[in-house]
Amino acid sequence: MQTNPLGHNVDLAERAYRIRRNALLMGEVQGQGYIGQALDIADVLAVSYFHAMRYRPEDPHWEERDRFLLSNGHYAIALYAALIEAGIIPEEELETYGSDGSRLPMSGMASYTPGMEMSGGSLGLGLSIAVGMGLGLKRKQSSSRVYTLFSDGELDEGSVWEAIMSAAHWKLDNLIGIIDVNNQQADGPSTQVMAFEPLVEKLEAFGWFVRRVDGNDMDAVVAAFDAARDHPEPKPRMIVCDTRMGRGVPFLEAREKNHFIRVDEHEWQLALEALEAGRNA
Amino acid sequence: MAIGPRGPRSREERMTPATDTNTGAGPKVRLKTSAMIASIAAEGQRTKPAPFGNALAELAKDRPEIVGMTADLGKYTDLHVFAKACPDRYYQMGMAEQLLMGAAAGMAHEGFVPFATTYAVFASRRAYDFIHQTIAEENLNVKLACALPGLTSGYGPSHQAAEDLALFRAMPNMTVIDPCDALDIEQAVPAIASHQGPVYMRLLRGHVPLVLDEYDYRFELGKAKLLRDGADVLVISSGILTMRALEVARTLEADRIGVAVLHVPTIKPLDTETILREASRSGRMVVVAENHTVIGGLGEATAGVLLRSGVTPKFRQIGLPDEFLLAGALPTLHDRYGISAEAMARSIKGWL
Repeated sequence: MQTNPLGHNVDLAERAYRIRRNALLMGEVQGQGYIGQALDIADVLAVSYFHAMRYRPEDPHWEERDRFLLSNGHYAIALYAALIEAGIIPEEELETYGSDGSRLPMSGMASYTPGMEMSGGSLGLGLSIAVGMGLGLKRKQSSSRVYTLFSDGELDEGSVWEAIMSAAHWKLDNLIGIIDVNNQQADGPSTQVMAFEPLVEKLEAFGWFVRRVDGNDMDAVVAAFDAARDHPEPKPRMIVCDTRMGRGVPFLEAREKNHFIRVDEHEWQLALEALEAGRNA
Repeated sequence: MAIGPRGPRSREERMTPATDTNTGAGPKVRLKTSAMIASIAAEGQRTKPAPFGNALAELAKDRPEIVGMTADLGKYTDLHVFAKACPDRYYQMGMAEQLLMGAAAGMAHEGFVPFATTYAVFASRRAYDFIHQTIAEENLNVKLACALPGLTSGYGPSHQAAEDLALFRAMPNMTVIDPCDALDIEQAVPAIASHQGPVYMRLLRGHVPLVLDEYDYRFELGKAKLLRDGADVLVISSGILTMRALEVARTLEADRIGVAVLHVPTIKPLDTETILREASRSGRMVVVAENHTVIGGLGEATAGVLLRSGVTPKFRQIGLPDEFLLAGALPTLHDRYGISAEAMARSIKGWL
């Protein structure tokens, strides 16, 4: 692993840059997309796919892979960006994003998208599936893990808490949840739509091992993933990631925060340039 | 603001006793409200205990990929028999139906064949989106076995799954089974386990009537079976109403009315070939009978098949009305809503 003078992991930073770039290029194809979320979660996806997870790009169904469930299906643009970077989805498909007949629809579909482990769109489903997968993997005595990404808004869904309770009951130490706390959901700031703090204390009280980090601090995210993997107790693990919408593109980051950030036609190029500038900074 | 009646019928009107048991002179007779899971077997009827649980435990001996999952209703769906036989393959998911469905999907992703049990009301009404999105959309191998279908509980609308067939028929990829008796269930279990894809099976639990063994019957997924022939009426039925239809056929025989009974245990995919063949025989009135609301179940499915094919016999439906049903004793309720053998016979004679 290479690090720069500040100690940042160069490889992962470059992966995150390319994930953000892929996402912007897809957003440009459609002229829209959940680009704010894609930019905020790119660092976490870089750590997931290029540090933490085992998988074979040429064989997305490889039995010994770690599973990655995208519960917040509208983040598909971000996951496609990562799957393209990981070589699971061919780069040529990027320009089909959201188009008729594409394998890359606006919301993730397990039934026809390589590397997509669940069909998303309806929120609050992922963690329940993860519980079943975790139980199934244990039945098979598999050492694979189930990573499940979901959003702070999904904490409003009662089923998420059913799964949180159940994962602890079954001592699913092969389950690693990742919550993207960007404090934005459809009707406004997540904490105002439905208060969910103090999140760490709540999750610990439910019997989980919890790490809360700045989700845009690569080293902190790496440390949290390592801690989640290596924790010795038979508990499910949760990584709470505080992230910033639009991260990596300063003018989008500064834009009034919206669940669905508006990007005008001429701004896609500006966004790519701003991202590039940040890469070389 | 004046508060008017909330429906087309007032509560008082709905509560009017169906029989005159409570009116007139003499001591008041108190009708017994049945328990939530009263047996549907008539007094003295032949039954078999826990056909689902026993069949699943038997099948599991050779099928290590089968697991059982439930949402706090293992005892009440006969899954406890499987749990006893295969304790390490039994997953208690707590009283959380959404979690149950999602977790069953996760198990199926990992190559297992989960039989997930709860009550039909909770599967169809509470967990529908989870079944739709996590199971059916990916065509996963999850088998739902759900108790108290239609009007098989006197507990009231919370436990009466009058609309489950309509809901699951409407779900792509879903196979829908409405077995009649213990034999049907025993034979359906290995058949649905071998079927690739999700299945919703209505479950009869406890001491389940045994009827079909007298009719040289064998369950085949997707096949309707003619149990008996008759010249005047063709009853097309599923679930426990097939059992009732067979009774009706014997009763009407005494009146020289010939009643054929076509049992349709697979509601989806529907055996349209057999239905069309039988319904095309001229001169017979077709009566579809189901333990389900008349909206969206076997009756309307059959009507659609007939109409689309230009087969238009005299057509009638026996089923539950489009209303919230009352609580009470099952025999009273079945009579009130027209699905007891006596009520069915009366209806059919009236239509001839």
